[in-house]
Amino acid sequence: MSQQITVHDPRGYAPKVVGKRLAPRLSALDGKTVYLVDCLFDNTDVFIEQLRQWFAEHLPAVNTRIARPKETWSDDAEMRAAIAADGDAAILGVGL
Amino acid sequence: MGLEQDGVPSVAVHTHVFKRLCDATALAMGMPRLRQAYVPQPVVDRSAAQLRAYIEGQDPIFKRPFMQGVLDGLTSPLQEADLQGLTFERSTPRLVEPGTEDSLQRLFEENHLTDSLPIVLPTEARVAAMLTGTSHPPDKVVGKLRPTALREWWEFTVEKVAVNAVMAGARPEYFPVILALAASGISARSSSTNSFATITVVNGPIRKELAMNDGIGVMGPYNHANSTIGRAYGLLSQNLQGGSVPDDTYMGSLGNWYAYTAVLPEAEERSPWQPLHVQKGYKPTDSVASIFFGGWYTHAGYGPRATWQEKMRRSLAAVEQYSQPLFVMDPIVARGFVELGFDTKEKLIAWCSDNALMTAREYWDNQWIQYLMRPRAVAGVEPYASRLKAQPDEVIKIFEPSEIHIVVAGGETQGAWKMISGSLRAQVSIDAWR
Repeated sequence: MSQQITVHDPRGYAPKVVGKRLAPRLSALDGKTVYLVDCLFDNTDVFIEQLRQWFAEHLPAVNTRIARPKETWSDDAEMRAAIAADGDAAILGVGL
Repeated sequence: MGLEQDGVPSVAVHTHVFKRLCDATALAMGMPRLRQAYVPQPVVDRSAAQLRAYIEGQDPIFKRPFMQGVLDGLTSPLQEADLQGLTFERSTPRLVEPGTEDSLQRLFEENHLTDSLPIVLPTEARVAAMLTGTSHPPDKVVGKLRPTALREWWEFTVEKVAVNAVMAGARPEYFPVILALAASGISARSSSTNSFATITVVNGPIRKELAMNDGIGVMGPYNHANSTIGRAYGLLSQNLQGGSVPDDTYMGSLGNWYAYTAVLPEAEERSPWQPLHVQKGYKPTDSVASIFFGGWYTHAGYGPRATWQEKMRRSLAAVEQYSQPLFVMDPIVARGFVELGFDTKEKLIAWCSDNALMTAREYWDNQWIQYLMRPRAVAGVEPYASRLKAQPDEVIKIFEPSEIHIVVAGGETQGAWKMISGSLRAQVSIDAWR
């Protein structure tokens, strides 16, 4: 039982991680459009609506819009393009 | 993360139990400083008032007001590390540092490389022997696996699959089946919170070549090939996809005993019906593995007895409606259905589809139906769109015939059947990996 043996490593090969920079932040949110992205998990629509109401009550100068991807578990390029075109920031939730 | 790359400052909101997973995912995507904020678990079933309290309350991870974290995430100036992201390579060695039998067993267990049972250590000689089970070269890339959608794909070779096959106790002659499962792209170690497992049905000549058991105890620990092929599928999935570690790469709340091993061959010679692979267009002489994703619910019954219709309707109505039914029927049951006029699987499947019923209210009051099917219904995809149009008390069909499968297996010591949650995800050629 004390004999030294050599065995294989059973793990696969991870892809290279390529660093990606964050987008520049805003100096303030007043007058800006913030997209509230409903990730489509159950009851997330209720959460997002409460978030919208919070902004309306506490930061009325912020324009909020709700967006939803076409499918769950998908990176909806069309939705992202729409947000990038006329949005200034985004809050996504509630994801796993 | 895509939005950040599009130039849109973003904050991602999660429930607090997913903190480690969120960090790991952000790191793997090269954006470890992605701005995140957390609310308590759960969001499901909470009222609007309770969710508002989350928004106005504390972030349970960062111990600060939730909205302060959100607003800071969008407006606080970036630092140098935010602009660089994080680039790095990860390598996997071919061999582990030498050790004793005991120390290596412990090393594998402590590093979550096993299913928590002892393994056969993958020595160079054992792996070389396993590689004789296929004509494919050791360095050939077999495919990619990942624990769940939107996580990174890991890649692997024939040799890496062989290592895991050895660990499971499989024999070289089983290796083409194991390679076919690895090549499917379907992980047997899904990280879904639903604790899904896979159930594999083997059809064709390979069943007899490997002396697989389709008789007494077909779903139990009574056959070397059945048991070790299923175990190998689990081990290779977790190790080749980057892990299956609770609270990191595995988030199934209850877990799943089917995940230890779940492989059965169809009893083609004793079935009165077409085998599963032939139903799907393969030739009887093809050897094929069909991978079902589920193992969430299991119902059982006998028969078909006089009240079989009532029993079957109750079972079909008691499913989790997002996960489709896979029937495993003893040949006695299959022959009984033939005597009742169901001389093909398709006829019995059509009856099941017509009798898998529930009210629209109950159908849609399911968190995974809401999550997975509702977007399709809203987009007009049938049959979900029609189900969404139904009045709450209207009784609707919940499964299409194409979503229901029947496999014949069992020892004929009893006319028993089981209905297991199992959506057909892939059918793969075993012959391609001989």
